Amino acid sequence: MTALTRRERLARRPVPMPERPPAERRVDFDEVNLGYSTELAVAEAERCLFCAHPPCVDGCPAGVDIYGFLAAIAAGDFLDAATTIAKDNSLPAICGRVCPQEVQCEGACVLAKKGKAIHIGHLERFAADYSRANGRSDEATTPLSSGRRVAVVGSGPSGLACATDLAKAGHEVTVFEALHVLGGVLSYGIPEFRLPKEIVAAEIAQLESLGVRFETNAVIGMLETIDELLTTGGYDAVFIGVGAGLPRFLGVSGEDLIGVYSANEFLTRVNLMKAYTATADTPVLDLYRKRVAVFGGGNTAMDSVRTALRLGAEEAAILYRRTEAEMPARDEEMEHAKAEGVEIVTLVSPKELLADNDSGRLGGVRLQRMELGEPDDSGRRRPQPIDGDTYDLAIDVAVIAVGNSPNPLLLRTTPGLDQTERGTLVIDPTTCRTSRPGVFAGGDIVTGGATVILAIGHGRRAAAAIDEWLAKGGYPKAQRL
Amino acid sequence: MNRILEAHLLAPDIKYFRVEAPKVARKRQAGQFVIVRVAEDGERIPLTIADSGDGWIALIVQGVGKTTTLLNRLEAGDHLLDLAGPLGVPSEIARFGTVVVVGGGVGTAIALPTAVAMKQAGNRVISIIGARSRPYVILEEELGATSDEVHPCSDDGSYGFAGFVTDKLAEVTAGETVDRVLAIGPIPMMAAVAEVTRPLGIPTIVSLNPIMVDGTGMCGGCRVRVGGESRFACVDGPEFDAQQVDFDLLAKRNTAYEAWEHFRRLESATS
Repeated sequence: MTALTRRERLARRPVPMPERPPAERRVDFDEVNLGYSTELAVAEAERCLFCAHPPCVDGCPAGVDIYGFLAAIAAGDFLDAATTIAKDNSLPAICGRVCPQEVQCEGACVLAKKGKAIHIGHLERFAADYSRANGRSDEATTPLSSGRRVAVVGSGPSGLACATDLAKAGHEVTVFEALHVLGGVLSYGIPEFRLPKEIVAAEIAQLESLGVRFETNAVIGMLETIDELLTTGGYDAVFIGVGAGLPRFLGVSGEDLIGVYSANEFLTRVNLMKAYTATADTPVLDLYRKRVAVFGGGNTAMDSVRTALRLGAEEAAILYRRTEAEMPARDEEMEHAKAEGVEIVTLVSPKELLADNDSGRLGGVRLQRMELGEPDDSGRRRPQPIDGDTYDLAIDVAVIAVGNSPNPLLLRTTPGLDQTERGTLVIDPTTCRTSRPGVFAGGDIVTGGATVILAIGHGRRAAAAIDEWLAKGGYPKAQRL
Repeated sequence: MNRILEAHLLAPDIKYFRVEAPKVARKRQAGQFVIVRVAEDGERIPLTIADSGDGWIALIVQGVGKTTTLLNRLEAGDHLLDLAGPLGVPSEIARFGTVVVVGGGVGTAIALPTAVAMKQAGNRVISIIGARSRPYVILEEELGATSDEVHPCSDDGSYGFAGFVTDKLAEVTAGETVDRVLAIGPIPMMAAVAEVTRPLGIPTIVSLNPIMVDGTGMCGGCRVRVGGESRFACVDGPEFDAQQVDFDLLAKRNTAYEAWEHFRRLESATS
């Protein structure tokens, strides 16, 4: 344990994440954050007060032993730190980079009130990266085979987390992925500059070493149904982690103009299909010196607008109908975006997308000015239009980042799955079981669109429940749906 | 990786492939498509499944863009890098009565499986297949085997009926009662067919070919306007009511990357 006194620890300043300068990073797709050195990591971990009842652990949806891994880093036992994290989180290099720590572990930190919360996310990333570079301490040991088989549908965060725990429990796991690349949103959605794809590949390779099989180009629901997996396929249980799917649009006129993208399409073209490279055969509209407007205020909107900058956009703006305080994006993404030159326009709502003459291409947007009214169901103040206060803005490309609806391909062919009005799957929160025996679900197909760590939490809870289901044919603490 | 079992040219630039894909072959229905990738860094392109048998599916490809050109260089024994499917809503097959199947150019290959299914469902099937000139009229024999009548057409009069498929269609509908039309081909052809059948009140179906990326409903790039509503061709289609489709919009949206494609072609021509 650290030799510093409490007073000394309180006096220390938080150690900022080293990052590439905005002018340099905004013209390429390399990672923005550089990561802590061992010295910086120790210095940051030493600031921890090591609370007797650490609130940060309660703030973590995966319940990571933050106390334990910070103590290990402070003591210089970096591989031990990684082992400690791995007990509760199978994707720490990813979570350390993409979790909204300010509303989770770091938000709960007792130092947060003074604005000096421990940078738990940065330290988690450090431990995971260190362990990957210096030989993982948790060498994969093949557990005794249970002889049971589980199908995991979707290779995004919830599917990967579920597969990890099931494989460790000795079950034979096959992960089915509809696309030609594994990783789900980690691959097609989150850009390289925020989450390098080699990190995702390394996590998947680790899973392969545990004996997990992966099948790409397998569109479950169309190629095989859930029922077929459970009968002729020979699987004893299925986990559905297919993500949120179908992009939502604004519902205003002009959305079919060339130059209007869903965030999914824009990011898929760039991240998955590598449209920013010279060798890729998938195009993306030329954004060089163009004006790009992104509608939405979440992480996907931030990823889109910063991607537009990197593709050469002259102006790249976020257009959001509430104020910055209501934006769901991570603080770090907002700060990075602003530093890179992203303009944030608030209290505006698109009324109509305007054509550039008769070309069929986008030329502008008519915006309605908004003001905040009474709080709505989400507790955020509801934006309402200011009568007659509209103006036109010239733009070349619009990216719509206002969320997704569940993808119909799997649910269409799977009878008996209870769904909400929004089309998301109904699960028991403790076990992640659906209304069908042996079928479990988690991630965005349940939440409708949330965070990577929440999806991981679902995947792990489902894995525990599947393990028990396979052993006993019943559910742990079975709850009525 | 999916092995190509057989490959031969049907017409200049139009090639037939029999590809190993046992699971897809078992599941696929008329009107459905697969997404194919042929090169690292390559695009994902949708291709309608033309036929299937024990362990294989057939794809018929016209070399127009980079990916289809690369694909058409492959021979038996080569492999497709990725193949995913079957995707899309299958054709609505029922005993309608008399069904006219109109195929234009390589669209004939997309129409073939639905013509077969329509015949099997007990319909009288009349096939009208057209192209700009004789060598491009494809699958006449295959459609002949499943149709009560086949009318090949050529724009330049070098083969069969001299004129557009729409002229032939007008002739057929003037001569007998037609209960349903399926038209697949270039956008102007499908739009023209919709205008021939609209005043006659004949239900008409087209299979649309918007630009796709994932093909699984994830990106929304393939959205088309049908009856004033936005629909995704990959999960709601690819077949839609021809008389409700906004063909002008589809044609415009399909030009989105013209400039990019042009410069890529120049680049590869000069390198």
